[in-house]
Amino acid sequence: MTDSLIIAGREFRSRLILGSGKYETFDLMKRSLEASGTEMVTVAVRRVNLTDKSKESLLDYIDPARYHILPNTAGCYSADEAIRTAMLAREALDNNWIKLEVLGDERTLFPDNQGLLEATRRLVHEGFIVLPYLNDDLIVARRLVDAGAAAVMPLAAPIGSGLGIQNFTNLRILREQIREVPLIVDAGVGTASDATLAMELGVDGILMNTGIAGARDAVAMAEAMKHAVLAGRLAFKAGRIQKKLYASASSPSEGTIS
Amino acid sequence: MNITVNGEETRLIEGTHIAGLLEILGLKPERLAIEVNRRLVRRSEWVSTGLGEGDKVEIVHFVGGGESDA
Repeated sequence: MTDSLIIAGREFRSRLILGSGKYETFDLMKRSLEASGTEMVTVAVRRVNLTDKSKESLLDYIDPARYHILPNTAGCYSADEAIRTAMLAREALDNNWIKLEVLGDERTLFPDNQGLLEATRRLVHEGFIVLPYLNDDLIVARRLVDAGAAAVMPLAAPIGSGLGIQNFTNLRILREQIREVPLIVDAGVGTASDATLAMELGVDGILMNTGIAGARDAVAMAEAMKHAVLAGRLAFKAGRIQKKLYASASSPSEGTIS
Repeated sequence: MNITVNGEETRLIEGTHIAGLLEILGLKPERLAIEVNRRLVRRSEWVSTGLGEGDKVEIVHFVGGGESDA
């Protein structure tokens, strides 16, 4: 019995998506990816360093036969920049998937909704499979779905903050109201329980980077996250008990000795 | 002629095309993308696209990143 995550018709057995940044070494990143069980990795687009061409290439450490590569528009503060970046990424990799970030502010890295919507519309029109990062805002999410986004990816908390879900209410509402495309929590996961809690709400997947790459033992945390996502998903599907104010005995009341 | 590559001024012989520029820079063409004056240039056009005085070239590749660096 499979319980796959399906995005734009493509099936993923793992509901965990990882970023590739902030690892101390490429080798550590590679081992963390393996430990996490992920099947999709996001990468950023940057200028080639012309003076130091001896640098190893990130993609030498991400096996495209094993991982679906998801280019992103990290660091873009306008729709135009994001679109240019997406076009470059598609050309470089012959891959029309894009994790779309259009940022509005350097400290919070919260998205610029206007730019995000514009970029989504234009990129969808250009044939991209667009996975936008957004605030936990139902109205924006709906507009992105209408614009043709292949998923919506609300943040749990600011990128890299490790705060975990800050607004359960919004996320629950989003989960209930957004049914047409997968809902993937992206950003702000700090430790395993954050991921489990999100999955227990019924979201379809989790995207994280810093929570693993910045952990003391990244490979161990990657493994933890693998189990965390799975545990949350299984618990969600199993149907939890109701919360009650008072006790409800687990053993029968008849037949006690006296 | 003078062109700008990734923000740095570079001198080239007139008529150098993009493929030639990559050779001069010692870059392998795989997993790269190139813009000239903010316009994407398809890989298939690298041998036929000549560069001119004042052109701004961007050569990009992929680096580690999850979301924008906080």
